[in-house]
Amino acid sequence: MVLIVLALIRTRNLFGVIVLSGAYSFLMATVLVALDAVDVAMTEAAVGAGVSTVLLLGALRLCKSEEAKPAHRPWLPLAVAVSTGLLLAYGAMDLPDFADPQAPIHQHVVPRYMENEVDVPNVVTAVLASFRGYDTLGETTVVFTAGAGIIALLRRRKSGRGADGK
Amino acid sequence: MLEHFSYIVTVFLMVAGLFIIMAHGNLIRKMIGLSIFQTSVYLLYIAPGKLIGGTAPIIAPEYGIYSNPLPHVLILTAIVVGVATLALGLALAVRIREAYGSIEEDEILARDNAIEDAEEMRA
Repeated sequence: MVLIVLALIRTRNLFGVIVLSGAYSFLMATVLVALDAVDVAMTEAAVGAGVSTVLLLGALRLCKSEEAKPAHRPWLPLAVAVSTGLLLAYGAMDLPDFADPQAPIHQHVVPRYMENEVDVPNVVTAVLASFRGYDTLGETTVVFTAGAGIIALLRRRKSGRGADGK
Repeated sequence: MLEHFSYIVTVFLMVAGLFIIMAHGNLIRKMIGLSIFQTSVYLLYIAPGKLIGGTAPIIAPEYGIYSNPLPHVLILTAIVVGVATLALGLALAVRIREAYGSIEEDEILARDNAIEDAEEMRA
C-alpha cells in the first residue's frame, strides 16, 4: 500500500494515477477485512474502488490526461509534510497499544451495543439504524447537497453528465 | 514501537495525502490526494477497534470476542460523504476546465493575473 502511494506521488500520467488509486482502494478494503470491519470493507470496495474510479475517469475524459511539469521543486510542501508527520507520529506514541482490550474505546457505550437489544445479529446495522440514526440523516443531507451542487455546476452544459452525484 | 505500527502507517498515509495536495498543481491529482487523506482517517478510526482473536461484530453463539462496531458505523457514513465531496470537487474541476481551458493551478493563476493586468491597463 505504501509502495502504491509512493508511485502515486511520482506518476505523471493522470490515467495511471487513477488506476493506481483504484488499486489502493482495494488494498485498503483488504486491510479493513483483516481489521474485522467487513461492512466498511464492502463499502470501500464498492464506493472507493468502484464509484470513485468511475467519477475520476469521467472527469479525466473531460480534461487532458497529462500533468504539467511542476515549475519548481516541492521542497516547502515536503518540509511541511515531514514535520507534520513527525509531530503526528510523536503524538501517536501516547495512544493506547494496538488491540489493547483495556483501551477507552472498548469501555464506554459499546458493551451496551453488544447486548443485542434490537435483535439484529449484525451489530453494525443495529447501531447504524437504531442507535445512531441521525448520522444517516445528516449523511443524506450532505449527499443531497453535493448532488444539487453538481447539477447546478454542470447544468449549463449541452451534453453534460449532469447527475453523476450519488 | 510494534504496538503503534498501525498508527505509523496511518500517519504516513495522511502525510502522503497532504503532500500530494500541496505539491501538485493538477486539480484532479489534488482530489486523489484528498481521498488518500480520507482513507488514512478510516484506518485511524478502525484500527483501535480491533481485538486480537475477535471477529467481525455479528452476534453468533460460536464467538465470544467481537471487534468494536462503533468506529465501523462512523466510517460507513464517512465513506459515502467522502465520495459525495469527491464528486462535487471533480464537478468543480470540470467547470474550471470549461472556464479556463486548464486544470493546472499555475496556468489558472497566470490567466487570472493576465486578465487583471489587462483591466488595469484599460482603467
